[in-house]
Amino acid sequence: MNTATETANADGNDMVPGVTGGARGIVADWSSDQVAFRSAPWGKAMMWIFLLSDTFIFSIFLIGYMTARMSNTMDWPNPSEVFALTVFGESVPLLLIAIMTFILITSSGTMAMAVKFGYEENKKVCFRLIFVTALLGASFVGMQAFEWSKLIIDEGVRPWYNPFGSPQFGAVFFMVTGFHGTHVTIGVIFLFIIANKVRKGEFDRGDPGFMTGRKGRYEMVETIGLYWHFVDLVWVFIFALFYLW
Amino acid sequence: MAEGQNHPIGIYLWVWGALFVVSALSYWVDWYGFQGAVRWTLILIFMFIKAGAIVWVFMHMKWERLSLFSAIMIPTVFIAVFIFIMALEADYTEVVRLNFFSDWQNFFTVEHHGEH
Repeated sequence: MNTATETANADGNDMVPGVTGGARGIVADWSSDQVAFRSAPWGKAMMWIFLLSDTFIFSIFLIGYMTARMSNTMDWPNPSEVFALTVFGESVPLLLIAIMTFILITSSGTMAMAVKFGYEENKKVCFRLIFVTALLGASFVGMQAFEWSKLIIDEGVRPWYNPFGSPQFGAVFFMVTGFHGTHVTIGVIFLFIIANKVRKGEFDRGDPGFMTGRKGRYEMVETIGLYWHFVDLVWVFIFALFYLW
Repeated sequence: MAEGQNHPIGIYLWVWGALFVVSALSYWVDWYGFQGAVRWTLILIFMFIKAGAIVWVFMHMKWERLSLFSAIMIPTVFIAVFIFIMALEADYTEVVRLNFFSDWQNFFTVEHHGEH
């Protein structure tokens, strides 16, 4: 109402001209189109902020693992032996885990290039690269399912028990790899959805997406790409800290 | 905003190859059978190289403005504080377990000796 009171702060001093003060100022500041991240559209910025929160979740899991392992008075099972595969009668340490690591890195490479070809509006190559990324991700989940069933059925590993040593090993293994595997699965589903949108040319025409009036655009390939690289990033930490340590 | 993150394909291929090499190296640490401090140091070095390459190039942090970089990277630094606190706590828990739980039937005897 009164512009004189609105532009004055608690001490009665004038603030920046044209900027609302007081409680109204809070509303004005938070509701107007403020642009903090000039190089990133809001979709991408929000994905980054989500990934930051996800980083905290995985950090808490890995710190919990560290605490359980450090405070343990029993022997921690040797992952190099637990996750060994027998090939042609010979035991190869961590073989499946190594293959899974290389598959996830390969999928990260194809995803990075898919983003590039997306911005070049090369529909065909972009679609193929996202599709290959999704297939590699699906094969990763398949191998993880194989690993889980091998440990649960053949070795008798449970979240509260395992035949190798400290019982906390099972709890940490199922929680950390399970949560990561869920992330990969969700990523694969979204990659297939985005791949299909690229194939149908929805980003070329700017078709509105599911449950939104916003136009489709190739920036969405980069946003889902960020998520996919993050899944690879988490695996780097799990591979180093859980499987190799 | 409109131009997006479009960079020469060479840098992606280069980083991709580097990630393969470093992953092979970290697998080799286990294969070769390094133990103790050497093993942990090598694992951590290779882990941070890989994580850095992914965030810096694949996730385009190299080309983002400092504003976005700070908003994401500064909070992650505080994880190190949490790791430090929990490492202290875990160490304490282990000492307590070794002192009392492993010999719980003599728990009161241990206390008794302490009072002398």
